[in-house]
Amino acid sequence: MQKIEISPMTRLEGHGKISVFLDDNGNVDNAFVQTVEFRGYERFLQGMPIEEVPRTVSTVCGVCRGVHFSAAAKATDGVYGVEPTPTAKKIRELFLNAHYVEDHCAILYALGFPDFVMGPTSDPAGRNLIGLISAVGTETGKLVLKKRFSAVKIIEILGGKPLHSVAALPGGWSKSISEEERLQMLELSKDLIELGQITLKVFDDVVLKNEKYMELVVGDSYKAIVNYMATVDENGKCNYYDGTQKVIDLNGKEIVRFKGKEYLDVIAERTLPWSYLKMPYLKSIGWKGVVDGEGTGLYAVGPLARFNVCDGFNTPQAQEHYEKMLAAFGGKKPVHNILAYHWARAIELLNAAERVQELLSDKSITDPDVRAKLTNKPNEGVGIIEAVRGTLIHHYKTDDKGIVTDANLIVATTNNKGPINVAVRRAAKSFIKNGIINEGLINMVEMAYRPYDICFACATHALPGRMPLEIDVYEKNGTHLKKMRNF
Amino acid sequence: MSKPKVAFLLSGGCGGCDMSIVDLSDALVDVIPQLDIVFWAPTVADVKYKDLEEMPDKSIDVGLHSGCIRLDENEHTAKVMRAKCKVLIAYGVCASLGGIQGMGNMHLKESLLEYAYKYSPSTDNPDGILPQTKCLVDGKYELELPEFMPHIRTLDQVVDVDYYLGGCPPHYTHVAAAVTAILTGKLPAPGAWITNGKAVCDVCKRNPTANGRERKLISSVKRTIDGSPTADGCLLEEGYLCLGPITQGDCGSSCPKVNIPCRGCGGPIPGVKDYGMRAISAVAALFDKDELVDQVPSPTKLFNRYSLPGSILGRKIGGFRTCKKLK
Repeated sequence: MQKIEISPMTRLEGHGKISVFLDDNGNVDNAFVQTVEFRGYERFLQGMPIEEVPRTVSTVCGVCRGVHFSAAAKATDGVYGVEPTPTAKKIRELFLNAHYVEDHCAILYALGFPDFVMGPTSDPAGRNLIGLISAVGTETGKLVLKKRFSAVKIIEILGGKPLHSVAALPGGWSKSISEEERLQMLELSKDLIELGQITLKVFDDVVLKNEKYMELVVGDSYKAIVNYMATVDENGKCNYYDGTQKVIDLNGKEIVRFKGKEYLDVIAERTLPWSYLKMPYLKSIGWKGVVDGEGTGLYAVGPLARFNVCDGFNTPQAQEHYEKMLAAFGGKKPVHNILAYHWARAIELLNAAERVQELLSDKSITDPDVRAKLTNKPNEGVGIIEAVRGTLIHHYKTDDKGIVTDANLIVATTNNKGPINVAVRRAAKSFIKNGIINEGLINMVEMAYRPYDICFACATHALPGRMPLEIDVYEKNGTHLKKMRNF
Repeated sequence: MSKPKVAFLLSGGCGGCDMSIVDLSDALVDVIPQLDIVFWAPTVADVKYKDLEEMPDKSIDVGLHSGCIRLDENEHTAKVMRAKCKVLIAYGVCASLGGIQGMGNMHLKESLLEYAYKYSPSTDNPDGILPQTKCLVDGKYELELPEFMPHIRTLDQVVDVDYYLGGCPPHYTHVAAAVTAILTGKLPAPGAWITNGKAVCDVCKRNPTANGRERKLISSVKRTIDGSPTADGCLLEEGYLCLGPITQGDCGSSCPKVNIPCRGCGGPIPGVKDYGMRAISAVAALFDKDELVDQVPSPTKLFNRYSLPGSILGRKIGGFRTCKKLK
């Protein structure tokens, strides 16, 4: 058997690698996506005061700058058994939605669009942010970066630091919003809405109007047929900050809904000897291995999962685009075509922008009551949000002084570990045949994980850009046949 | 004048330092043409990694290295960067002092791994296994993982560093100032931090001396859960252990601005060798009674929040602590 190792230049970052095994005919027998990253946050958070956790755990990922902070903030509420004040909830939701705008923007323009704008088999050297800017023009590039920065400004006004913010506290937020700040952010929100509209237009022009790309989007090569998990509000609509977690099966039927600590009844994470990332599965189905299709225990999270699980969006423009996307897939959900992740991501960008504007249009967000009183002894809390990349769970236990004794984090990319493996294996099988492998094919395989905006252990983003990969082809007896790199 | 040749490398970090550059926003599009970016891995440059290795030594004017040293790969690339760059800058607090993840040095590697893969509440691990550096799956697929080093190191524990840049990550205004310093050749004396030289307190509107008041001693230790600070009072005076006095204020006092005490991500003010030690002495000197010392929760994870690997404490080995020799 031949082994092909597709390795993101681990000497640089060491996040993940792909090993593809060929049979004697040079066709793909199996493929594994391995995570080679581990940092041990769950252990070293122990011994810290719980109120210090949100700002500390934010550093799990600098690209997902708003999500670990937000989930941990909710968990600290649980630890003190306190409901944040209505204004504090609005501020936290505003913060998370502003983060959605800047993050989705960075992901789409740095990771998603280059494949389509430059073409999936174009020279890898040009398939990056700078290549994209030169393709769409400097002025457009500037415009997009500038409008994205308006979201960063909102994060900074609310959170103190623009990245790895600090203002969340158990039961609320450390500062209230002045009327002046509200008006300033309301002005900035116009940029966010425009950015959402521009982005959907780019997607429309570049992808949807290109028959060849649409074949890839709706075709069979990029698929993972799994269950889905996302957070819904009381109307079944998508909500990033709060709601109920809902799981559907691969035919769209609801399996279970859960909240908070009930996550332990619904999911378990299997430790694998071959990866530093555990692989979660649905407990009601059980561990069935790394397989998709009927009977699989694997589930996916993130923009496409939210599209599949939720009954649309809570803002008018995003809802319109949701309906258009649904129609493109014949009105049928769930959609298992993973390139549709980018489409759903673009719609979410607009949704988050609309929500930011909505929240800021309501003067009540300037109410000074942003902290609930802490009256209970600290104990245990779970915070679940929809991170940009999918459902994110933070769980803490403390002693009676609020010092952390246990911490458990299930991050979005961990949830997607199974589907990513399945998607990469399927793409490898589609594109590597009879032992023929070339540069374009490497990227076609990469395109199978890029939709998930891979964030191994949420620790090592290759952003803004691409994950460098190395492919080594070995004969059955271990002889090295060929080396290819995209870096 | 020819454009300075610049390289940017993300090593063991969270990607936040990369984002701090993206946060330069539209100015980034103006800055890029002024620089000859020969390497920006794994992000922007068209140049490939092997080309970096093949470049002549000292052919790059300025190298920016973000992230700490966690894997042997990190050590390798740090050495390559050092060889190729005339000036090497530790970009951000992870490269400079170890960063948040440096708190992992308070625990043995085995303890970090076992908790995550065996004991955390959602883990399903019937056979009690840990990820293996080599393993055979289904009896036929041989897979490998890299070994983790037992602890985290700062960039200057691996190679010589010319300059340090604080922040987790550096504030975008500080990044802009640093880029300007590089472009105009106005870098400080080698070995220094690139900073405006002011402490967080110096740029903090809550600073009592800046407001013509005398600084009062601390009469009680408070956590941020214990009530709220006054609107314009000094957090430290009020008992919230703010590390502003000994932290570089290139952030513009981001945290106290939103009523939250500084935790030191900016790195030490000029002249301080060991951030944690200086932080302890600075804060303890303001206590009005000795008993307050016992009320500081988790002192190492407070005073060395961002700086443990680069401190005298260093790391835990077995049941004992080790000391790093002072330079």
